[in-house]
Amino acid sequence: MELINKWPEYHKKDVVSHYCPGCGHGIVHRIVAELLEEMDLGKEAYLVCPAGCAVLAYLYLDFDIIESAHGRGTAIATGAKRANPNLFVISYQGDGDLSAIGTAETIHSANRGENISVIFINNAVYGMTGGQMAPTSLIGQSTMTSPAGRNPEVDGYPLHITDVVAQFPGVVYAERVSVSSPAGVKKTKKAIRTAFETQQEGLGYSIVEVLSPCPTNWKMDPVTACKWVDTDMAKEYKPGLLTDKREEKRKEKG
Amino acid sequence: MSGNHCIAEAAIRAGCKCYFGYPITPQNELGEYMAANMRKNGGVFLQSESETAAINMVIGAASTGARVMTSSSSPGVSLKQEGLSFLAGFEFPAVIVNMMRGGPGLGNIAPAQGDYFQSTRGGGHGDYRTPVLAPASVQELADLTVKAFELADKYRTPILLLGDGMMGQMKEPVVFPEPITDLPAKPWALKGRGDGPSRYQASLILDGLAMERHNWKLVRKYKEMAEQETLFELYKMDDADFAVVAYGTTARIAKGAINRARKEGLKVGLVRPITLFPFPDKVLQKVAQQVKNFLVFEMSTGQMVEDVRLALENERVVIDFHGRPGGIIPTPIEFSRVIHRYYRRM
Amino acid sequence: MSKKDKVFTVKVRRDFCKGCGLCIEFCKKEVLAASPKLNRMGYNPAEAVNSKACIGCMMCTQICPDLAIEVYSE
Ligand SMILES: Cc1ncc(C[n+]2csc(CCOP(=O)(O)OP(=O)(O)O)c2C)c(N)n1
Ligand code: SF4
Ligand code: SF4
Ligand code: SF4
Ligand SMILES: [Mg+2]
Repeated sequence: MELINKWPEYHKKDVVSHYCPGCGHGIVHRIVAELLEEMDLGKEAYLVCPAGCAVLAYLYLDFDIIESAHGRGTAIATGAKRANPNLFVISYQGDGDLSAIGTAETIHSANRGENISVIFINNAVYGMTGGQMAPTSLIGQSTMTSPAGRNPEVDGYPLHITDVVAQFPGVVYAERVSVSSPAGVKKTKKAIRTAFETQQEGLGYSIVEVLSPCPTNWKMDPVTACKWVDTDMAKEYKPGLLTDKREEKRKEKG
Repeated sequence: MSGNHCIAEAAIRAGCKCYFGYPITPQNELGEYMAANMRKNGGVFLQSESETAAINMVIGAASTGARVMTSSSSPGVSLKQEGLSFLAGFEFPAVIVNMMRGGPGLGNIAPAQGDYFQSTRGGGHGDYRTPVLAPASVQELADLTVKAFELADKYRTPILLLGDGMMGQMKEPVVFPEPITDLPAKPWALKGRGDGPSRYQASLILDGLAMERHNWKLVRKYKEMAEQETLFELYKMDDADFAVVAYGTTARIAKGAINRARKEGLKVGLVRPITLFPFPDKVLQKVAQQVKNFLVFEMSTGQMVEDVRLALENERVVIDFHGRPGGIIPTPIEFSRVIHRYYRRM
Repeated sequence: MSKKDKVFTVKVRRDFCKGCGLCIEFCKKEVLAASPKLNRMGYNPAEAVNSKACIGCMMCTQICPDLAIEVYSE
């Protein structure tokens, strides 16, 4: 008997994560660990984990990790990558982290075309603090701070930050994916692989937005949460490639 | 060379590899000098989108073991406080320069000393302190910049270099140290796990007892610094019966005033704290055996005076205060009159 | 040996499973079901009730957020 899905080297073994049942964070962690092994990047990997549900990612992932203040991930990533370009730098952030409190850092690290890879977990809610409205929450979505549903007149509209930064010349690769089905998981892995390759090649900024279920704060069972990603969330945030300037950048670099 | 340029040059010689900053008067020349010179030597200069971003870039660079600096002035340093708290908690070495200006709010761009509390009390949230060096001459700006990097590495802590707008613009001759090439090893730095075990730098410490242990560990470090690293200057104190206490720019002004007063027969001296945290309270206590009248002089409404009172709480002494906040620079003549007034009352 | 001829065995690491049910939902061969017995964490973990039907498509391991499923081939 041979084990097909071998344990990923850069994922700690025999730890049970604090994530709720059916939470997308665990899937993305596994993908990151698998890719670092497959791409032989684990030894120089440096991941910034956010204030958010993924704050304890270092308990599960087995390579060098630093925790960030809420929203400052890409500033820390910038500092680390600039100080030591040999590091393979990943900023892992939630939607509150990346598109609310960290908006300035997000926009400007992207605009500078920092050679880092950003993994953006969009679960349309502030997970860690108990399910408050995020900039990404859908119109009508009921959260702890929009109990009657998000009302654009007072709460504004869902923020499409990945679409915004995808317009920047420094953003070489941007894609939106989801981890709400096995097929989505495969696409997510492919997208994160491309993001990692972009950094490996030294081409510049890459970002993958992952639509990710938060069953707990959506008050749904995990299966329904996955369906809600595919129906409601994917309608607002259409999965797909947002930009791929790798060819251009390669030419620029000669 | 101007004070701001001097800090920048000294930092480069101290092996500073990365500088991150955001423009703000009156310290722009520092960043500009870094822009002109850092990249030449393979270093990093980056103008960030905000002081918040700059201090977090500092965190990132420091985490990899590089010597790193950021500089700003009062409003910008307020924005850096979150990062300072994280640096202290992470125990990352870094040098943060604050060339103070008048405040609160935008205040003005004239020299002031209103950030003493913010600097010495921690400034950001949580149970920590930031060691603070307060130079008073261009030569000292250079020397203390180098010292700041050394202390930061030695104690694994952010160090504040606290000057003011006047010091940044001041031009004086300066002798720089030879560039430092052999920097201390930093086995704790995140450099990728390589073939070893993975490492992490966590800021969240959910376990109360572990958090408490961490807090006390920081305190032990500060205590050790208080014993080993406290710096001060005594000026004309040998025969003094009256002591002025001042740091930085006000200490320079005080020296002029003291010289005038001395000519008029007043036995006045100066105690100048160079480290504001740790504060030289033992020195003040020793001075209090000889001098019973202290006059604290600051370009603020009275901040360091509280540390003087704390240091001398068990001494039978009189502590007076003279302050000019708001970016007003008092003259030596003005201050010598103040000395006369309090001296006569003695 | 082609995939078709292979025999697969599915194992759920009982005490690492949080009973989210996603593997059960996405296994088209109905190999997996929720165990009536609670595990150490108090969840009803998934278990392989029909391992023989497994075709090694790895949908379950892809979607499992907790690395709780092992698929073996012979
Ligand atoms: C400066 C600051 N403000 C607020 C918080 C509280 N806080 C921690 S995580 C978080 C939101 C996290 O939401 P998100 O980034 O979407 O991540 P998720 O938990 O959903 O994965 C907030 C508001 C904080 N840690 N720091
Ligand atoms: S609250 Fe949501 S995002 Fe956080 S662990 Fe639970 S399911 Fe995941
Ligand atoms: S490998 Fe495929 S068939 Fe086998 S249990 Fe998993 S999902 Fe079902
Ligand atoms: S997907 Fe994983 S955690 Fe969820 S029920 Fe299946 S084995 Fe358990
Ligand atoms: Mg979120």
